[in-house]
Amino acid sequence: MRNILCQTLVDHASGPKLVFLTGDLGFRALEPLRDALGERFINAGIAEQNMVSVAAGLARTGLRPWVYSIAPFVYARPYEQIRNDICMHRLPVILVGNGGGYAYGSMGGTHHALEDYGALLCLQNMRVYVPAFAADVPIIIDQLMRLPGPGYLRLGRCELPRDMELPEYAAWRRLLRGKGPTMVAAGPLAGAILSVTATLPLEQQPDLWVVTELPLSAESIPEGLLSSLRSSQRLIVVEEHVSSGGIGQMLSYCLALMGRMPPVFTHRCALGYVSARYGSQKFHRKECGLDPESILKELCQ
Amino acid sequence: MEKLKEAIKKTRKRLIEMHYDSGVGHIGGNLSALHIMMVLFHTVLEAQDTFILSKGHAAGALYATLWSIGRLKDEALLQFHRDDTKLSGHPAPDFLPEIPFSTGSLGHGLSLAAGIALGKTLQKQPGRVFCLLSDGELQEGSTWEALIFLAHRLLAPLTVFIDHNELQGFGTTKEVSGLQLTAEKFRDFGLAAEEIDGHDVYAIASACKRSSSGTKIYLAHTCKGYGISFMENQMEWHYLSMTEEQYMQALKELESL
Repeated sequence: MRNILCQTLVDHASGPKLVFLTGDLGFRALEPLRDALGERFINAGIAEQNMVSVAAGLARTGLRPWVYSIAPFVYARPYEQIRNDICMHRLPVILVGNGGGYAYGSMGGTHHALEDYGALLCLQNMRVYVPAFAADVPIIIDQLMRLPGPGYLRLGRCELPRDMELPEYAAWRRLLRGKGPTMVAAGPLAGAILSVTATLPLEQQPDLWVVTELPLSAESIPEGLLSSLRSSQRLIVVEEHVSSGGIGQMLSYCLALMGRMPPVFTHRCALGYVSARYGSQKFHRKECGLDPESILKELCQ
Repeated sequence: MEKLKEAIKKTRKRLIEMHYDSGVGHIGGNLSALHIMMVLFHTVLEAQDTFILSKGHAAGALYATLWSIGRLKDEALLQFHRDDTKLSGHPAPDFLPEIPFSTGSLGHGLSLAAGIALGKTLQKQPGRVFCLLSDGELQEGSTWEALIFLAHRLLAPLTVFIDHNELQGFGTTKEVSGLQLTAEKFRDFGLAAEEIDGHDVYAIASACKRSSSGTKIYLAHTCKGYGISFMENQMEWHYLSMTEEQYMQALKELESL
């Protein structure tokens, strides 16, 4: 997704308001953007707190800054700067976190982003976008270019199976119309789930949805999802994010307020470091029951 | 300048009244910062300029200064620290254009000022940027991140004053951090820096004139609680509110100046 981000921003580079700040990351990835933006591409160095406040100052002068780093370095390190300098003033600064969830795998826990959107959505005015597929990225960027306030873009690695056609982009999309449980997924995990469920018999196949734009509100939940829950009576939420502040909590809260919570609810989410051992994204997903096999097992029970 | 000195006298009295009426503290660091803000707002700032009060706990002095230039009315100052107010103890967002950022958590203002200076540079916008820091803020790592950033980039003119009153929340700056602040320290970072008397209106005005392009740091030697004998250089006036007796004495001292 990072390369698509770069290419899409290169396409927007002629817009005089776009400024891009990186915390010294982007080697062999962002060079085309650096060349296209010239002095509006700023390597702010390894100083994320300063970078975020500088972005707020830039936005105050009418520019539209994008701030890029590995996800935890863009949301956790400068959290107070995001809170006070950007969100409290509703400034249009876009934070881009590369490597949502366990995407940085064996680089270790310091590089993982397990609580990014939960933490950020506690802040006033913040909007979050979690693209599930590479094709979502340019469409989301177009939206972010017009966002009146702050935004966070969580990037990962697209896992869409080959030859799979996607429905047109929307905040909520139905990917499969199975007769099994209603399943809501977020991020690239949606592709991983598709790869093992698309060929299941209809009775076992989930009614699979992917949600991309956060926070959730009762009004934002599509009627199709509510009607699916009515018939399936079972909701499974799958996300590479801790339970606190995650989509599982947000969605069940909205459904509870609406009196539409189904009797059976499973939340598959990031559980941190279950064995206190580290490995690839695949390794961590498996430890948390986020791997396609564990999901398949639940569906086939 | 004589007119300005009179205005400072009047504004200091108003500042004391505000703090007494509201029963709040932070008066010491407001009195140390007042001269710099008064010189800026009365003689330096133009419409296209920006001022960032990084030491947000001197909000009272900022409000009083804005009152002294007619930007805030008497009735507005009565709302200082009250309910349903925009004049909170630290500057609130979305209040006045003269207050572009809500501040109060230390270590943000210099980076915000750097961002505004960079934005002006990139867009070739006119105007200068001014920022007032507390000396305690130099203990925040983010302030040094900002200094490194500023030393590396030639931005629109940015003049930084550090209110060096040498007292902070729970001790002197030397006791708490051991950090010896000198102009030399900032020069070592590659920044132009000088030391001035932060209560000398001529020195402050002259510092503002001298800054052309790039960043200039002024380590302003000040006195916490300046002008009120029982507050001067007393750490507790970071927090304390005045008793009636102290308030009357403060007014008496100001009138005899």
